Amino acid sequence: MTDLLQVRGISKRFGGLQAVADVSFNLGEGEILGLIGPNGAGKTTLFNLVNGVFKSDAGTITFLGKDITGRSPDQVVHLGLARTHQIVRPLSGMSVLENVIVGACFGRENQSMREARATALEVLERVGLADRANSSARALTLAGKKRLEVARALAARPMLLLLDEVLAGLNPTEIGQMIALILSIRDGGVSVFMIEHVMQAIMNLSDRIVVLNLGRKIAEAPPAEVVKNADVVEAYLGFPDIVDKLRGAQ
Amino acid sequence: MMLRRPLFWLILLLAAVFAWLPKHGNNVALREDLILVAVAIILTSNLNLMIGYTGYVNFGHIVFYGLGGYVGLYLMTVRSWHLIPAALTAGVAVSVLALLFGLGILRLRGAYFALATIGVLEAVQAFVSNFESWGRSTGMYVSFESYVPMGGPKHALWLTYFLIIGVMALSLMLSLGIRRSKFGLGLFAIREDEDAAIVLGVNATLYKAIIYSVSAFLPAVAGALMFFKNGMIDPSIAFEYMLSLEGIVMLMLGGQGTVAGSALGAGLYERLRSYLLTSPRLSAFHLVIAGALLLLVIRLAPGGLIGWLYRLVPRSREVIE
Ligand SMILES: Nc1ncnc2c1ncn2[C@@H]1O[C@H](COP(=O)(O)OP(=O)(O)OP(=O)(O)O)[C@@H](O)[C@H]1O
Ligand SMILES: [Mg+2]
Repeated sequence: MTDLLQVRGISKRFGGLQAVADVSFNLGEGEILGLIGPNGAGKTTLFNLVNGVFKSDAGTITFLGKDITGRSPDQVVHLGLARTHQIVRPLSGMSVLENVIVGACFGRENQSMREARATALEVLERVGLADRANSSARALTLAGKKRLEVARALAARPMLLLLDEVLAGLNPTEIGQMIALILSIRDGGVSVFMIEHVMQAIMNLSDRIVVLNLGRKIAEAPPAEVVKNADVVEAYLGFPDIVDKLRGAQ
Repeated sequence: MMLRRPLFWLILLLAAVFAWLPKHGNNVALREDLILVAVAIILTSNLNLMIGYTGYVNFGHIVFYGLGGYVGLYLMTVRSWHLIPAALTAGVAVSVLALLFGLGILRLRGAYFALATIGVLEAVQAFVSNFESWGRSTGMYVSFESYVPMGGPKHALWLTYFLIIGVMALSLMLSLGIRRSKFGLGLFAIREDEDAAIVLGVNATLYKAIIYSVSAFLPAVAGALMFFKNGMIDPSIAFEYMLSLEGIVMLMLGGQGTVAGSALGAGLYERLRSYLLTSPRLSAFHLVIAGALLLLVIRLAPGGLIGWLYRLVPRSREVIE
């Protein structure tokens, strides 16, 4: 498996808080890599470093063999690295379709308005929002907004998709649909790096899992090994129900 | 396609009516009224590119108009250029300057940006008031010789009028063109959520600088034409802060973010203002009335007249852009 993304020793400090500390890992082509850790472990911050929202204090990030350290998010998405937001950020004054057209227009393929429209309609169909294309993005439910996040990122035609808790706040049916979507995305040749608290899902979906605690990587292994890892169990000690879920998911 | 959009034809019709009405019957008083409406539409529709399209409030928009007037009059009077190349050069020069300012102040967001635009206005006014070549605080006058190549003052004034009507039509066409373009889509995304737009791939820094510069071009051309028509320029009339604020009132009244709204608001407000200013009892109150109007619009119809129309007749969105 060739490496799509190589992260070497990246760190981020906010004042006195070391949010991400010297994290390194690789992500292979066609892989689904999970990222877990207790609340505040630095998962979203790690995403923000990878796609350029924050500049890393140290280290390097290589994507498709190119050094992307310090590049801005718009440059990174042009290279084929798209993401969703944990706290959804729809362009509220615009329609659902327009939101996705933005993703297509300014994504990897730099599509024209006409091409972008076709792409957007196709992607909306895929995520199950086709019937809401013309409604205002503001009017969607939370589940709808999460799908819109995924749709916009997919419309960029990425090689790698970062998903930040796309399952949070969804009901079991919606979770099932989203998992099917994630699998179909990977089967379509797009690699996935995903943060998730829904343990059952992340254990089943991921090829490998990276575990963060207090900004540090404490484990990187296939799901079956991660749940047996003593450090991981300890990191979750403050959250006994999650330890149970970790075991239960086995 | 531009040609399939009703507003494209409406803009042409508006320009034709503006050009024909005063010329037919040689009605100079009507011409002077309409030229003010045309300038209001030029300023408001270009301001709309910043406020309505991109979500950045520019309180100092009038600086482009005033600077255009200065560059234009300088080229015409001191350098003896013809009106048209002078006005175009003024537009280009002011746009380039705006690009430089923009790259500096557009790092700021929200209220900080708005404050910085006031700073730009103050700084430019202070500079011009002390600039020897532009006549410091006394300004510059158009000499009689400037009219000679245009066949005398009478012809020169009509020519200026038609040029301003042309700039008005171009301003509205520019707004219309950007509105459904990819560039416009990027601006709208910035307006809705700039950080999200950047993550989606919009180069916000570049887009903002370009639109700030573009929104300077036609107002600067109009400034060169108008101050030529008026025969003089000085810092207090070139950089009238109130005009900048009134531009915002016009935009809110008509409906920010829409092409038709900027024209409608500018037209209505300009006529109201002229009426108030010439009325002996109300002239002292015109700014009070402007303020009250702005409050009413924001309270009752935040989308302005066009926003209100959209709510009454949702399908009008497709036609009245
Ligand atoms: N922009 C910021 N400025 C200052 N501190 C921040 C910023 N962003 C995150 N932090 C802090 O960094 C730490 C890591 O936050 P982060 O959002 O990365 O955690 P997370 O692992 O995604 O948590 P959660 O599971 O709750 O989403 C937290 O303590 C958070 O308060
Ligand atoms: Mg998070």
